[in-house]
Amino acid sequence: MAMIRDIFKKKRDEKEATIPSKAAKDVPEGLMTKCPNCKHITLTKELENLGKVCPKCDHHFKMTARERIVHLLDELSFDSVDDHLKSENPLNFPGYSEKVQADSEKTGLNEAVLTGTGSINGQQVVVAVMDSHFRMGSMGSVVGEKITRAVELATKLKVPFLIFTASGGARMQEGVLSLMQMAKTSVALKRHSNEGLLFVSILTHPTTGGVSASFASVGDINLAEPKALIGFAGRRVIEQTVREKLPEDFQTAEFLLDHGQLDAVVHRSKMRETLSTIVQLHVKGAGSDV
Amino acid sequence: MSKKKMKTMAFEEPLIELRKKISELKEYTQTVDVDLSSEITSLEERFAKLEEEIYENMKPWDRVQVARHPERPTTLDYLPLVFKDFIELHGDRVYGDDEAIIGGIGSFEGQPVTIIGHQRGKDTKENVRRNFGMPHPEGYRKALRLMKQAEKFGRPVICLIDTKGAYPGRAAEERGQSEAIARNLVEMAGLEVPVLSIVIGEGGSGGALALGVGNQILMLENSTFSVISPEGAASILWKDAALAKTAAEAMKITAPDLLKMGIIEHMIPEVRGGAHHDTTCQAQLISGAIRYSLKELEGLSAEQLISQRYEKFRAIGVFTE
Repeated sequence: MAMIRDIFKKKRDEKEATIPSKAAKDVPEGLMTKCPNCKHITLTKELENLGKVCPKCDHHFKMTARERIVHLLDELSFDSVDDHLKSENPLNFPGYSEKVQADSEKTGLNEAVLTGTGSINGQQVVVAVMDSHFRMGSMGSVVGEKITRAVELATKLKVPFLIFTASGGARMQEGVLSLMQMAKTSVALKRHSNEGLLFVSILTHPTTGGVSASFASVGDINLAEPKALIGFAGRRVIEQTVREKLPEDFQTAEFLLDHGQLDAVVHRSKMRETLSTIVQLHVKGAGSDV
Repeated sequence: MSKKKMKTMAFEEPLIELRKKISELKEYTQTVDVDLSSEITSLEERFAKLEEEIYENMKPWDRVQVARHPERPTTLDYLPLVFKDFIELHGDRVYGDDEAIIGGIGSFEGQPVTIIGHQRGKDTKENVRRNFGMPHPEGYRKALRLMKQAEKFGRPVICLIDTKGAYPGRAAEERGQSEAIARNLVEMAGLEVPVLSIVIGEGGSGGALALGVGNQILMLENSTFSVISPEGAASILWKDAALAKTAAEAMKITAPDLLKMGIIEHMIPEVRGGAHHDTTCQAQLISGAIRYSLKELEGLSAEQLISQRYEKFRAIGVFTE
């Protein structure tokens, strides 16, 4: 008995030893960033230069919509649209409007998606970038409306539509209105597609539920970032339903690639180049020497 | 099926009590020589009044219970009553045949149509076979195959929606549940034939919507259409699934709610107390609604049908500019 107790005691001591010392707290907030995956600590500035990818383990940190735009598009080429749309509280959920307001102030966005026109290596595109820092990127009326308008804009301008998805799914607080945004965005995508225009969906961490089950999965080309969580149902729900332990890599981008659900998993450092090439290959008359 | 065996729901309790009292009284009068007919008549009058009161004032949670009633008619119950010459067509041509969705061809009042519907079981054995009406990707892909077939032959598509949702399982994820649903949404948007989507029971989230991008959505009076089950909503929003009743009201998931919000075109009335009280009569009400809706879409060209569908879904959403 005594020995067993010793084992536990030792462990506890070890644990205590890993608690950050006072010295660590003296570093100004935000100067360093710790990788949630490998715990490696990197200078925040350096991390940003690396496109927020951990230099040690390749973990792709979440990006805000604005960071994504800066990382992806030609400098100063982005013009946002529909920043004036505001969510309402159609089902009168207590506290909902306040939460949206708070996230809006926190992120500087009017809703969980940023849309607009821009260019990649000089080629014009319409982009939509979802931001999981805003209500977990969930889709309510405004998110659905902004994406639909962006798709319609791409159709009108006859340019490719690119979307970076990051969303927990449909937004509960707007009920069935949120569900119907899946259909709304789909009818717009169908029109865009009928015009022979390119749609690339880039699934980033996390893309689940109603967003995964609508526009995110129906790109002409579906790409994903490494290790991104992508799935229809939540892992816990599935584990409860099927009563079995799921593999570690279940619902990761690599898992989906393995099962034929993605065209490619693309490292963030290669994303701009990859998208640029894809767009280039879809320009009418491409293939001639440029 | 005898009415006595039928499962009753909590909100019906006062009715059941009264009915029991009346029949007891009737039995009693047969054994003793007392005339209680006036009492019985007054009780029966009270019964009729109470019945009207209860069934005319059903709360959202009551409707949820009716929509989930184990005896509630399913796609297979309505099929022979609404359509003729139905031939079931199986399989998605890719992986398998999902019995949680059935589909096929038949005729509606002389007109060839394609019929696709969720199918749950009525007992454990059938529920296992049909996976409780919760489809896998191959179910949605079968549905899409049959819709495209209908388009080729220019016949309307009639979808009957009745599912708790798409199945949340490992195999479903591996085979692309998300993609299967998403694909249906996009492809239904472009169908060149009339599409009617009729919610006959539960319309659970994306798994229901995958048959729901119709020119018109119709709902039976006691059916529901929601982004999440009331239990799920309660446990996410208030961390307590027991608040499902409150969630059912807050989430606005019933046919009258959706009609008011302009999401559905028509509400199909149900026989008093719910469709399970008289399937034949209910089937007639559904037939009438299909006839009416097809008439409304009659004469629209392929292009017009597609843009009508576009405008319908394009308009859904509440926000300020």
